[in-house]
Amino acid sequence: MGFKDYCFKKSLWVFHFGGASCNNCDIEILDCLTPRHDLERFGILLVGSIRHADVLLVNGSINTRDKDRLLEIYNQAPKPILVVAIGACGCTGGIFAESITFAGPVDKIIPVNAYIPGCPPKPEAIIAGIVKLVNKS
Amino acid sequence: MAVNLFYFLVFPGLLFAATVGAFLSWFDRKITARVQFRKGPPLLQPFYDFFKLLLVKETILPKHGSPVIFLLAPVLSVFGATTAGIFILLPLFNITTGFRGDLLVIFYLLTIPSFSYIIGSLASANPLAAVGGSREMKLILSYELTFLLFIAGVIMKCGQEFNLYTIIQTQQEGSPFIGSISGVLLFIVGIFCIQAKLALVPFDMPEAEAEITEGIFIEYSGAAYALIKLAKYIMLFILPAFLIALLMNGFKLEGINILWAVLKVIMVVLILTLIRNTNPRIKIKQAVNFFLIWMNLLAVIALVLIAFGY
Repeated sequence: MGFKDYCFKKSLWVFHFGGASCNNCDIEILDCLTPRHDLERFGILLVGSIRHADVLLVNGSINTRDKDRLLEIYNQAPKPILVVAIGACGCTGGIFAESITFAGPVDKIIPVNAYIPGCPPKPEAIIAGIVKLVNKS
Repeated sequence: MAVNLFYFLVFPGLLFAATVGAFLSWFDRKITARVQFRKGPPLLQPFYDFFKLLLVKETILPKHGSPVIFLLAPVLSVFGATTAGIFILLPLFNITTGFRGDLLVIFYLLTIPSFSYIIGSLASANPLAAVGGSREMKLILSYELTFLLFIAGVIMKCGQEFNLYTIIQTQQEGSPFIGSISGVLLFIVGIFCIQAKLALVPFDMPEAEAEITEGIFIEYSGAAYALIKLAKYIMLFILPAFLIALLMNGFKLEGINILWAVLKVIMVVLILTLIRNTNPRIKIKQAVNFFLIWMNLLAVIALVLIAFGY
């Protein structure tokens, strides 16, 4: 593992994209940053601008309107960027999979590096997913 | 020539100030985490952030902006911060004596980073960056007069000496300026000016994360953002060092006094961090009122007290 990769893994800045979500996954993601789980000890920060992001968290079902926004966000992100799909809706579509406005799970629109299933996934599951993502890349 | 380059690039300049500033930035984040009952980032976290941005990430140029000015602004900010740092740190470390009137040069150089942030944000053609830029401009307008009054107070206290080295020597031979009523008032004024200069909460409206998503830095990515981070690290070291030089006796670099020097820097940064953690972000109008009315009033009271010899 080179110096560049090491620095990249030690400092993942996260940009959070919520699709048509029921907000449960959003709450669990915010839970990861609270005192109990504190992801900042791994160098993970929540940033406000996609230009600073290293990880794009996508949760919620992606409908036809979200699809263009998600593609735009992905194209505006500085590469290399890792994409993480969170929750059943992000991974497969969940209960919205057969809806008429559903535009496909996240991996049909942009390449996804890690899936964290669950409805919603617990903060522990999200941390486990991030650890696997860091060890994989 | 070689000595000057060494001053600029290595010892009191770029490398040293940036390294110390990065550790202070870690300290700031760690204290923030401890205040919120979190564990906080590891010691080398600022270096990971900086090298990740510099080496790994791609730099994206805005489509409708002016790319040259957009990329020049971070370079200018690092240059301004480093130059100001040299003028502050050379007399502080007792290397050279500076020159007569260097306080005014330092005062102007310290505004260059803020101005280059404004130029860069306006060159990016992003509406949120424009909002951030205009807020930063108002913030500069409000705190500059107070900062000038603060420096004027120190100059008056020293007996009309415009030289940073003389001010430090006067304090080391007598007593530090903070040990009097006017000194304490000047210290309060100076701390709030530094807080606004560093754009920390409560004065972080130019880069309000939740509101205008990093504001002036919204379009910066990759190496350009790494340079901005570098300028911020340098500013986080040199502004407390400037305050220590003006009011708190400067540094003495022999024996146990080195420990005192380190503790003074850490204490000033700790005060800044605690203010940042116990206050909400205020509106720009409130910030202008705060500086133009209350802080100026405090500074003028300090000036009057100095004139009467307190």
